[in-house]
Amino acid sequence: MSSLARRRTTDYAVKAISTGFAALSLVLLAWILWTLLSRGLPALGPHVFTNITAPPGAGGGLLNAIVGSLIQIGVALVIGTPIGLMCGTFLAENGRGTQIGNVVRFVNDVLLSAPSILIGLFVYQLLVVPFGGFSGWAGSIALAILVIPVVVRTTEDMLALVPIGLREAAFALGAPQWKVVTFITWRAARAGIVTGILLALARAAGETAPLLFTSLGNNGWSLNMSAPMASLPIAIYQYAASPFEDWVALAWAGALIITVGVLTLNVLSRLVLAKMK
Amino acid sequence: MNFAPDTSIDIASAVNRATAPSAQPKLKVEKLNFYYGDNHALKNINFEIPEKRVTAMIGPSGCGKSTLLRIFNRMYQLYPGQRAEGKILFDGGDLLSKDLDSTVVRSRIGMVFQKPTPFPMSIYDNIAFGVKLHESLSKAQMDERVEWCLRKAAIWEETKDRLHTSALGMSGGQQQRLCIARTIAVRPEVILLDEPTSALDPISTSKIEDLIDELKQEFTIVIVTHNMQQAARCADITSFFYLGELIEVNASNEIFTNPREARTRDYITGRFG
Repeated sequence: MSSLARRRTTDYAVKAISTGFAALSLVLLAWILWTLLSRGLPALGPHVFTNITAPPGAGGGLLNAIVGSLIQIGVALVIGTPIGLMCGTFLAENGRGTQIGNVVRFVNDVLLSAPSILIGLFVYQLLVVPFGGFSGWAGSIALAILVIPVVVRTTEDMLALVPIGLREAAFALGAPQWKVVTFITWRAARAGIVTGILLALARAAGETAPLLFTSLGNNGWSLNMSAPMASLPIAIYQYAASPFEDWVALAWAGALIITVGVLTLNVLSRLVLAKMK
Repeated sequence: MNFAPDTSIDIASAVNRATAPSAQPKLKVEKLNFYYGDNHALKNINFEIPEKRVTAMIGPSGCGKSTLLRIFNRMYQLYPGQRAEGKILFDGGDLLSKDLDSTVVRSRIGMVFQKPTPFPMSIYDNIAFGVKLHESLSKAQMDERVEWCLRKAAIWEETKDRLHTSALGMSGGQQQRLCIARTIAVRPEVILLDEPTSALDPISTSKIEDLIDELKQEFTIVIVTHNMQQAARCADITSFFYLGELIEVNASNEIFTNPREARTRDYITGRFG
């Protein structure tokens, strides 16, 4: 075989293998979505959104879990986003090449890949044990700890893409650093920063482990952040493991709601950001 | 053997030849040395920039001309590890003095960069951003200031109907004139131009050169350029830098027709660089 023919064969083989694996991952994704839709759609109905948890066969819904999730994720974002944004900004604008910057970046990377159950246990020790009980606050804080490293990472990466020349141009007009950052670099990187926050939101929305030891879940209706609070992932976890058919159906409905919610948010944010540009 | 020319005499005579009546020095560089870490980038520079004239700095890449420009508005202070020794007298005070705030220096000595750097906001806001840093103007005063500086930068006619659209939608040449307008809007005394046309096409370049000619009525201009024709066309005074040293300063028509230093002659005739 000539060397050209050999190269062509190698090229063909590598292309076929990579295309095959790409197709495989798409098939798996499609399979998951198909299962989710085929099981979740029939389970959806008005009762899912209007009723709270009820005994098996009594027509219970997910209202308390949906509202609980929204509140806990909302609070987690309110706590985690500013911290993550400021930390990422520090790393990109002041921490480049400094000892403290490298340490903070390393610790953040560790946190980013820490198993989420560890974060749940940490908050359990930190808040649940000393304050004597599971609570919505503990759940929110556990989710916030999950949100922070994602926001730090994406903020730093996005700010690093802003050309140095743009910063220098703002400094050259006599702007102090805080104005350069808030009016120029954040603005230039806003699309990427917002995408990072949404990514963090998507991650927080689907996590069960950090909530197991913190907000626990609640079968009743409760908006009290100091008491155990229901959430979609926990409800799915409980219902899916139950022997009752209608509860299992509710678990599928819950999974579909989270997936569609996160997907819609992603698509919407992309549309909005595309318009902003 | 000492290669350093006695530049103080050169400048006085050069300015007298280039311009009458003679211009006052706006910036006076005295025994300036500059270091990037251990790299000694500027060596014992003595140099005067005359008021309301165009002074060009030419020389091969790495000769220190851009470095000197970035010292004039203390840009180098953004980067730890870069340091300057010596004095730059500006209206009697030392520009390098720690007592002087960088933001004040930069409002009085503006800078336009090689690549156009429009901010990601409207044309109007690009200008208002700099002005608001130093003055609080009413809406009407700000409108007036925006029009004034856009007219000065010869870009008013092209932008007056789209002031509130994004500056990122303009052509490169328009963006660069907007950057000049933005710098003028702060009403500095000195404008530093760092290869302002090297990223532009010939038509945009010639517009900016015409503009430079206009602006020297009101501002002191220092321009770094790789284009010797540009220095010859725009500048009253031209200085030649080589390997961190100031080799020669003279009236532009003198330096390009009758250079006194062999290294200057070699450079302008294209023998190196």
